[in-house]
Amino acid sequence: MNSAAMLPQASDYVRLLPEIVLTVFGMIVMVMDAAAEGRSKDRHIEKLLGAVALIGSVAALAATLFQAQYPGFAFWNMVQVDSFSVFFHFLVAAVTALVILTSFDYMKVQQIRAGEYYALILFGAVGMSLMSSAIELVLIFIALEISSIATYVLAGFRRRAAISSESSVKYFLLGSFATAFFLYGVALMFGATGSTNISTIGTLLRSGQIPLLANAGVALMFVGLGFKVAAAPFHIWTPDVYEGAPSPVVGFMSTAPKAAVFAVLLRIMFEANAPGRVGLIWVVAALSMTIGNLGALVQDNVKRLLAYSSIAQAGYMLVAFAALPNNGIPAAMFYTASYAAMNVGAFAVVSHIGGAGERSVTLENYSGLGRRSPLLAATLTIFLLSLIGIPITGGFFAKFYVFSAALQANLTGLVIIGVMNSAVGAYYYLRIIVVMYMREPQQEIPVPSIPVGLGAALAISLGTTVYLGVLPGRVLEYASRTASAWLR
Amino acid sequence: MTTALDSSILTLVTFIPLTGAVLLLIMPRRDREARWLALGVSIVAFLASLHLPVHLARSQPGFQFEINHAWISNPNIHYHLGVDGISAWLVVLTTFLTPLCVLISWKSIHERVKEFFILLLVLETALIGVFVALDLFLFYFFWESTLIPMALLIGMYGHGRKVYAAIKFFLYTMIASMFMLAAILWLYAKAGTFDFVSVQTAIHNGQVEGFAAAAPWLFLGFFIAFAVKVPLFPFHTWLPDAHVEAPTAGSVLLAGVLLKMGTYGMLRFNLGLFPEQSRSNASWIMVLALIGIIYGALVAMVQPNLKKLIAYSSISHLGFVVLGIFSFTQAGLDGATFVMLAHGVSTGALFMLAGILYERRHTYEIAEFGGLATPMPLYATFFLFVTLASVGLPLLNGFIGEFLVLSGAFRARALYGVLGATGVIWSACYLLWMYQRVFFGKVTHEINQTLPDLDGRERAALWPTAVVALLMGVAPLIWLNAIDPAVQSTLSPLTQFASKVVGQ
Repeated sequence: MNSAAMLPQASDYVRLLPEIVLTVFGMIVMVMDAAAEGRSKDRHIEKLLGAVALIGSVAALAATLFQAQYPGFAFWNMVQVDSFSVFFHFLVAAVTALVILTSFDYMKVQQIRAGEYYALILFGAVGMSLMSSAIELVLIFIALEISSIATYVLAGFRRRAAISSESSVKYFLLGSFATAFFLYGVALMFGATGSTNISTIGTLLRSGQIPLLANAGVALMFVGLGFKVAAAPFHIWTPDVYEGAPSPVVGFMSTAPKAAVFAVLLRIMFEANAPGRVGLIWVVAALSMTIGNLGALVQDNVKRLLAYSSIAQAGYMLVAFAALPNNGIPAAMFYTASYAAMNVGAFAVVSHIGGAGERSVTLENYSGLGRRSPLLAATLTIFLLSLIGIPITGGFFAKFYVFSAALQANLTGLVIIGVMNSAVGAYYYLRIIVVMYMREPQQEIPVPSIPVGLGAALAISLGTTVYLGVLPGRVLEYASRTASAWLR
Repeated sequence: MTTALDSSILTLVTFIPLTGAVLLLIMPRRDREARWLALGVSIVAFLASLHLPVHLARSQPGFQFEINHAWISNPNIHYHLGVDGISAWLVVLTTFLTPLCVLISWKSIHERVKEFFILLLVLETALIGVFVALDLFLFYFFWESTLIPMALLIGMYGHGRKVYAAIKFFLYTMIASMFMLAAILWLYAKAGTFDFVSVQTAIHNGQVEGFAAAAPWLFLGFFIAFAVKVPLFPFHTWLPDAHVEAPTAGSVLLAGVLLKMGTYGMLRFNLGLFPEQSRSNASWIMVLALIGIIYGALVAMVQPNLKKLIAYSSISHLGFVVLGIFSFTQAGLDGATFVMLAHGVSTGALFMLAGILYERRHTYEIAEFGGLATPMPLYATFFLFVTLASVGLPLLNGFIGEFLVLSGAFRARALYGVLGATGVIWSACYLLWMYQRVFFGKVTHEINQTLPDLDGRERAALWPTAVVALLMGVAPLIWLNAIDPAVQSTLSPLTQFASKVVGQ
């Protein structure tokens, strides 16, 4: 290997362009924040920081689209740009932009000094993007850590609220524990196969007999990743952390990192041909759906309710992982996209209604919303209907594809559990709708009018949710093409 | 003769109300304008829908005014609409009742007026969609979309235990329709299409793998969803609650159209897709229908609440429809369809009349009234006319349908005809007794002395129903001409079975 081959080429940088863009913008935000420190404490500077961050995320979207024309490997086969990675890059960048839009007003209402907040969101997005294009386990681990550390800090951003610090510490302690599991799994996998490259591992595991160590490696990696997507039985942290963290951040960390981790999981499960996949997933999916839905039934705090709902949703998504690759992969990708749209939207509404200090987060605070703010209530209703899986919302086709993929893999039992869970789930989502429209509030608290940034974020996520429900064809075909290119 | 209008009329009729709803949504919040806009839109939809029966080729079997576009490729869903003589009239029934609902809600709804009419118009689109969809997925979608606006109408604008009633209604019908969804998905998995006609053909030609074993379950899957909607005894308990708490317009559409979704579904899907299972299950279904007829009537008789009485009378009348459908005779099915339409008109009118009384007295208790014929003579006249129509007086709309159903039932099994015929007597008992208690005798409560009679708006809402009730009674062929060929083609795969039933 000569020294010229060791130097990165221009194409290497193109294949890492979104991450580079996000990093640069994140650093600009930090520097600007530091430069403005002490000089002006007014809100203009924060708006400016937010705007720069927004531009950064949009630039990352553009970079993703640009990058899509140059598929291939980069940095000595550690990074692979293909239609799969482009899909998740796009998703992460879009969610980032939406969350930044939601945060503008939120930061003002909560009176939080924004500075590094936006930088952290961008840095988190770097890690998540990198996760979806990394095909080397150690790089995946590094990306996972980049993304996690940013979200640990973000979770504690409501500094004045004790519950927020609690959330941050809990998330950090359990999260580092989980990543340690992942790293241990990587080590065992390396021991079993002599490689950390996913496709090499896949080739090895397909050809010969499977060493026992590889089974253990997969199981341990799955523990780490299962924690990140809040799958039962690794979900204990979720309600507490979601309750304490700032609502836009919850919208962020319940979608973007999840999408990225699902991307990693797809690569490990299908491309590396992980042994013991079906049994492992079967149990975890069934547990997540059941525990998530049953837990949500008794919640009176909307953030906790949505936390349990996201556990259940992770369960539905995992069902696709137990299916056959040719329709399991597209189903999982479609689910991730539609889940991201509806969940970011739902938390955007929650963050607006929360008000100063996020005091209005119980179900009671939502009563009469249909009259107090018809637009917000109608928007939230559509997101909730999509989470239930009612037709012409993205959530319906997401469930449809996942369950039909599972049926084709003869996982009838899992599908029955899933469908029964959907029926249970309908109850608590409907509860919010019933409260909004049919119950009168005990005291009349006016809902502030919808600011521009939030309005834009809601319009985009609503549009996406309905688009995926009315014309799911294009996204699904893209996902199917990706899957078939993979399996070739 | 396929003109551009013929192929787009169904899309127009279905989505005119929804367009109106969107207009209302973006319109500034002004109650007066909202009412007029809703009225205008619903009248336009009604006029447009008249195109269907006027231009329907009566002699031609199969679906007409069809439109079929590929919508989603995976799963293979088509935007496929079409009507035959049965569904065309049900569409007109829907568009006919909606403007009347707008009129009757003119004053009684004074809070969140805009939202009310938005929900009403969305509901209208969903109801029309149910009757015109020929793609099973599309059908299911419209079917489920009727739930949300209806539940919100009950829960937001009803009275008393409205939230309880709304949730009960929602859960009952949604859980039941999950069985139908499962059956639809099974059919899609095996037949590879959601298209009603293609699925029907595939089943008929035996191209659906594993159909013989699954058919009884599929039949039940569809049947449960429809039976809850009808509602057939013993799935009826949601109906009285929903009706009593619903606002008047909600009750009118609920009884007038929503219940017909169930019977229409049985006619179209149970008979259309599973002729053999329909035949083998007919006997117990007819027994349930008879229980519904008699039980509904007996319970109606003892109701102290006017609206509950009408609600139970609906259970009884819808029993006739189910009895007619599962008699598998030409007369029975013709009659069943005719009862659906007649019941929609006269029960719609009854609920409007009950609502008018509620606006004045804020109660439905029959004991609160008495002697109303003195202060409200015009109201009493309308009420009597509609009551007689509902009882089944010859020359009014109720008679024709029930007569045809009973003659069909006689031919299928004489005992069923005899038992069914008692239902007509029962309905005369409870309706006329109710009429006597409310209108005749002395005015028992002082406050009733001064009740105002019908005003112009209320008369405008009631006259159309009275005229149509009379027209359906004296010239039923206008309707039956269109219904008959459609029934014939529904029955054709059943004739062999029907002849067996007749032979018994």
